[in-house]
Amino acid sequence: MHPIVALIARRLALGVLSLWAVSLLIFAGTEILPGDVAEAMLGQSATPEAVAAIRRELGLDRPAWERYLDWLAGMLRGDLGTSYANRMPVVALVGDRLANTLFLASVAAAVAVPLAILLGIVAVRWRETPVDRLLSAMTLSAISMPEFFVGYALIFLFAVTWPLASPIAAVHPGMALPDRLAAVALPVVTLAFVTVAHMMRMTRAAILNVMESPYIETAELKGLARTRIVLRHALPNALSPIINVVVINLAYLVVGVVVVEVVFVYPGLGQLMVDAVAKRDVPLVQACGMIFAATYVLLNLTADVLAILTNPRLRHPR
Amino acid sequence: MSVRRQPGAIQRRTFLQGTALAGSAALLVPGLLAGRARAGGPKRGGHLVLALDGASATDSLDPATYTATYMQTVGYQWGNCLVEIDEKVRPVPELAESWEPSPDATTWVFKIRRGVTFHNGKELDAEDVVYSIDHHRGEDSKSGAKGYLTMIRAVRATDKYEVTFELDSPYADLPYVLSDYHLLIVPKGTDFARPIGTGPFVIREFEPGVRTYAERNPNYWKEGRGWADSVETLAINDPTARIAALQAGQAHFVNNPDPKTAKLLARAPGVKLIDVPGAGHRTFAMRTDTPPFDDNHLRLALKWGIDRREILEKVLNGFGRVGNDQPIPDFDPFFNAELPQRTFDPEKAAFHWKKADVTGRIPLHVADAAWTGAVDAAQLYREHLAKAGIELEVIREPNDGYWSNVWMKKPFVGSYWGGRPTADLMLSVAYRSDAPWNETFWKRPEFDALLDRARGELDPEKRRELYWEAQRMIWQEGGEVIPVFNNHLYGARDDIDGFVAVPVLTGLRAAEQLYFTDL
Repeated sequence: MHPIVALIARRLALGVLSLWAVSLLIFAGTEILPGDVAEAMLGQSATPEAVAAIRRELGLDRPAWERYLDWLAGMLRGDLGTSYANRMPVVALVGDRLANTLFLASVAAAVAVPLAILLGIVAVRWRETPVDRLLSAMTLSAISMPEFFVGYALIFLFAVTWPLASPIAAVHPGMALPDRLAAVALPVVTLAFVTVAHMMRMTRAAILNVMESPYIETAELKGLARTRIVLRHALPNALSPIINVVVINLAYLVVGVVVVEVVFVYPGLGQLMVDAVAKRDVPLVQACGMIFAATYVLLNLTADVLAILTNPRLRHPR
Repeated sequence: MSVRRQPGAIQRRTFLQGTALAGSAALLVPGLLAGRARAGGPKRGGHLVLALDGASATDSLDPATYTATYMQTVGYQWGNCLVEIDEKVRPVPELAESWEPSPDATTWVFKIRRGVTFHNGKELDAEDVVYSIDHHRGEDSKSGAKGYLTMIRAVRATDKYEVTFELDSPYADLPYVLSDYHLLIVPKGTDFARPIGTGPFVIREFEPGVRTYAERNPNYWKEGRGWADSVETLAINDPTARIAALQAGQAHFVNNPDPKTAKLLARAPGVKLIDVPGAGHRTFAMRTDTPPFDDNHLRLALKWGIDRREILEKVLNGFGRVGNDQPIPDFDPFFNAELPQRTFDPEKAAFHWKKADVTGRIPLHVADAAWTGAVDAAQLYREHLAKAGIELEVIREPNDGYWSNVWMKKPFVGSYWGGRPTADLMLSVAYRSDAPWNETFWKRPEFDALLDRARGELDPEKRRELYWEAQRMIWQEGGEVIPVFNNHLYGARDDIDGFVAVPVLTGLRAAEQLYFTDL
């Protein structure tokens, strides 16, 4: 078996193990939280009888380990279960939200990744010039600004002061693609703002690292053009760390954008999980947790595989 | 209700231009004047967008599960109750045409409106009402209304258009209870997960925690309601995002603008602020069964030692009214107007403090989970009491689990009551000796007896006397410091009108009331 296939198989098995550990942690976490779905749903109007009726119907009066094993058995059969709070199948609740999250993440990535790498290369090519310094200053300030601040500033400028875009990214099933893209314009810009800075700085650092090598000096002494050195000689050897930072940012775009979802009222998976935790809706919390954990596992695996593929020494081990 | 508009010449100028134009045009084209004259009144049409908080991805259309504004407002779009409450907080007919209690108030006969049809075409009759009410009663019911309906022994269809309620004990307020947002009427046999109603709008799309889309019910029975062609109810829990949506014109009506910025909103172009007195009140609750709060002198010291006006101005930003240490709001028909309003009086507070003979600091446990601004209010309270020589220690508790670990556990805590439609409900839920949420652990058999007599008393004059005495008892001996009552705030576009300012269940029927003035 090719070492890469073996690696993928081993990492996938480990991934399943991590998912199982995550599911245990999430279940234990929701158990520790005060209150349960019955109390959370009834709120101030909770009477002991109504709470008992809900617990009886949902089987919450059974011991915790029994409920966990039930959920696990369902999961292994591919059945994510039913929401405690509104009795809808979890698959139906998660489906649209997951599609929305992936849509926003892909659009943001399509804008941010090429832009970040391009800016990183530009910064290296014109290192220590005003261009580089300007890019540095801009990205450092972008990193220092919390995303909700960027979001509100964009809303204030481009939705309230000059009404060019919608302040709420209300997408719904059956919306045409151009309408969808228009609706997510401001959240995409916000996310690009935050992620471009990170990826650009890492790209710059990775290439500069390689630029210190003796072979680059040789290339310079040979009289090669600086652009050619950066693109043809330095960049290929800096790809591995760049891929790593890009993938970490991709994972963030899927998993970590709940604040942006709240600011722009975007119906994504993060908002769904926050709601589910507030209601102690364990099957729904578990489903969201599994998706998020799986995203990290798969993207990290992708990063490692790509890093191997870009490195001939790792590709053909002796 | 008061409507604050942007004070400016633009509106007056456009108005003058409009009338001048209409006047001159009328000379030439007689028909036009009639057209302009109608423009002031409600008109059918338009796509109305509401943006509301209190929504969750786990929401369900089943009215038994409604706990927050979003679903309550959606509920009144697809459904109606038997009874509605008007601006003077009186019960008025909705799906019930009239009602009659027996002289002892233990049997109530409701006549059901004839000729009303559900969205599926079925005609409303008494069997549907029985089915709908029974959903919220009985051992297996999971309804939030279950606690209100325990006095009902049986609901029976005694005629095709007549429903009889038999009660275990006299209850003069039954019509009020039947206006509750849980008790929407559906056809017999309906699956409550996908309810069908008689309401002004038919739900077409429901995405929990995201949006609800509804279209006008062309056969709506209620006169003068249900104007928009379609209503979209957006779930926006973040107050800043709601206001941005309103300012950008993406929403026409929003609830709960942040009081801190509400005055700025009132001055912003194109939008107006709607301010309605509410029954909700913020409290500091003392456990009267626990030393040192079992001493009424200490309780009086803490009641005289708070500057209610400052808390109203600085914490609620003026959007409210000062409280008087009893929970019945000033607009309630049974509000005791003769009780002297407590003011900030450090001397009186110091006098009672000395009589109480307590030493040391008084700990007050608060969190913003109790009510937004509770921690700030407690800090102000500490400064007020210091002027009377009383040392208050403000202990900040975590928001998570506040209601289960702090409230009704610690002896002096911040708390909040959303207000109830009737004096009886408010007093029974939080002040009766055996009430599950008697947060002050105040036990007075003579108070309970007053409530029982008032429940069975159909003569308003006699009831008033009983409730006045009940309020006086709480004011004098109870464990609640009630500094302020809050108002309900809404933001609306300038071209929206028709909002009916009902002080209880406020704004929940907005969808059928609002119309566009410039269609």
